[in-house]
Amino acid sequence: MNYFFNKNGPLISTYFVIAIVFWLVFLIIIPQLYMLDLSFRPNLPPLLRGGPDDVHTLTHYKYFIFGSETSDDPYNYVDIGVFFNTISTAIFVTIINLCFCYPIAFYMAKVASPNTSRLLIVSLIIPFWINELLRSFALRILFAGEGVINNILLGTGLIDSGINFIAMDVALYTGLTYAYILLMIFPLYNAIESLDKNQLEAAKDLGSSTIRTHWRIVIPHAKAGIASGCTMVFMLTAGALATPVVLSSPNTYWFTQLIYQWFNMNDNWSRGSAYSILLLTVSVVFVLLMMRIFKVKIGEIIR
Amino acid sequence: MSADVELQNVSVTFGSFYAAKNVSVKIKEGEFFSFLGPSGCGKTTLLRAISGFLDPSEGKVLIGGQDMAGIGPNKRPTSLIFQNLALFPLMSVADNIAFSLEVRGVGKAERRKRADELLELIALTGQGDKKVHELSGGQRQRVAIARALAIEPEVLLLDEPLSALDLKLRQKMRTELRAIQKRVGITFIYITHDQGEALTMSDRVAVMNEGELEQVGLCDDVYDFPHTPFVATFVGENNPFYGKVISVEGDMVKVESHGNIFSAKAGKIEDKHIHKFSNGDDVIMFIRPESIFIKNENNKLDNNFIAKVNTIEFEGNLKNIYLSINSNMNVRFSVPNAVDTSELSNGKDVELTFSSQKAIVLPRGSLAVD
Ligand SMILES: Nc1ncnc2c1ncn2[C@@H]1O[C@H](COP(=O)(O)OP(=O)(O)O)[C@@H](O)[C@H]1O
Ligand SMILES: [Mg+2]
Repeated sequence: MNYFFNKNGPLISTYFVIAIVFWLVFLIIIPQLYMLDLSFRPNLPPLLRGGPDDVHTLTHYKYFIFGSETSDDPYNYVDIGVFFNTISTAIFVTIINLCFCYPIAFYMAKVASPNTSRLLIVSLIIPFWINELLRSFALRILFAGEGVINNILLGTGLIDSGINFIAMDVALYTGLTYAYILLMIFPLYNAIESLDKNQLEAAKDLGSSTIRTHWRIVIPHAKAGIASGCTMVFMLTAGALATPVVLSSPNTYWFTQLIYQWFNMNDNWSRGSAYSILLLTVSVVFVLLMMRIFKVKIGEIIR
Repeated sequence: MSADVELQNVSVTFGSFYAAKNVSVKIKEGEFFSFLGPSGCGKTTLLRAISGFLDPSEGKVLIGGQDMAGIGPNKRPTSLIFQNLALFPLMSVADNIAFSLEVRGVGKAERRKRADELLELIALTGQGDKKVHELSGGQRQRVAIARALAIEPEVLLLDEPLSALDLKLRQKMRTELRAIQKRVGITFIYITHDQGEALTMSDRVAVMNEGELEQVGLCDDVYDFPHTPFVATFVGENNPFYGKVISVEGDMVKVESHGNIFSAKAGKIEDKHIHKFSNGDDVIMFIRPESIFIKNENNKLDNNFIAKVNTIEFEGNLKNIYLSINSNMNVRFSVPNAVDTSELSNGKDVELTFSSQKAIVLPRGSLAVD
């Protein structure tokens, strides 16, 4: 701390400390703690808040598991189903994303000339100047029953009747994968970039096949980048709202859509909070799991 | 097993730039062969052409008599040691050494056995479980050698592997490398910009300049009979005397330079032929610092000249004495440290002497250092 102050001077150091503390305390810790507390309280009209009925309760978490008391089902199949579907789809999307981005990142970092790789980076970034909602609608146009892809396939005679990409959730998967591609590519790119090219040549010289070189040399070297990319993509995918709203099939629900409903349409903030906390918990567990699997420390992930 | 390597008119171009130009050389099997040249002269480029990381733009690379065109680095009987070693930092020392066996599907126990054998060869017995970063510079060096030897290559290629080490370690590693080469008996192709390294370790050297081979030969031949002014000045130290031929008698040439007349041997053009000079030719006569002596009763040789002492430099075992004949001709010679130089005060004229047998005349050409 002393070192930090001496290095940056008192003015800048004070600014940093205040900015970081403000950001952490007011924008993250306090609202989250408030949400956590809210999730354990009954949903009361404003007048009754702080009154004798405002006690800590597990009712919202019970609701998530057992459903409403008036329903016949022993468990809340719908919400639990949506929850696990969201998580497993997010994992699936993360894996697809990794498989898709790894070759691109490797190509940019180690194969392409500096100019080509700059060009690639720019052409990856530019589409993201367009806002997420618009990008999702563009994909909808592409995948719709009367959409571009169907028209092309029908026109060339490859298929006889239109394929319902939306109902099959192909559009949703594509949209979610594409939405956070940069957050996968850049950590991977940074990690692979720092690998000494001689390592690749040495492996090749020793007789290693391309796949084995990746498996034994590149991937172990890039594991912090992989963990970092997977974590971010998973969290953002699981927490995405706009893309699922636009692209999911009518009978697919994303967990964030449920949260949104509780907060906004049903005006039940405490249940919304409980559902948010559930999602947050799973995300944190996922991060810890990634760190475990890739044997990396939190500092390496954030790098 | 060991193989010979032949380069036939090999050229490598980057755009219109020739990094290697028409290089032809035959490296014998089991030989310790060095390419020696200043940095940027194309040594690494040649080595990459031999190992298969780049294809020559023209010419052929033959290993064991077989044309290597279209054969990748992982399929050639060569093994390359990189300038920065390129050890795998996330693997243990034993895994590094046995990597080439792992990729060939050799079982774990067998790999470990082979790694242990190689660790013994490089005098690192029992250190297989360490991580690379736990080793010292010299130990890493040896691990890189062991890793390259594990595939039992027929030719080992070494790209300035000692350049990162400090002087003492470098000298120790020279001896060690030479000993390892003798033990395994395979062809070593070594590249370096350090002439001391090349001369102490190699059977033969090839001196390179700007992508071309200037001279190939035994170390002492290259040192004693340089074929070009570049070789004369790049390999070891030399005093270039610019001058004109005034007479030729057999292989002895009389040269007039800076008001002195010297007699010297005509330099060689190839191993068997010497340069033919005629009167009036512009030439350079070379005489090495260790072949010049202060003239006295015991030391009277057939060439003599007078020069003024500028500085005396102490270099441990030697003393270097810098003198000038006139304002644009400087000379340097060296004497063992034990020799008394108290009479050589700065600014004093001294008479020096050298043998015509030690002086070599070559046509004018570019020098390594000006
Ligand atoms: N891939 C390349 N593209 C363009 N020029 C290169 C490339 N590799 C080497 N060169 C050039 O070729 C020359 C010889 O390089 P190199 O073989 O590395 O020299 P050395 O190993 O003797 O120091 C240098 O001028 C270098 O700039
Ligand atoms: Mg080099």
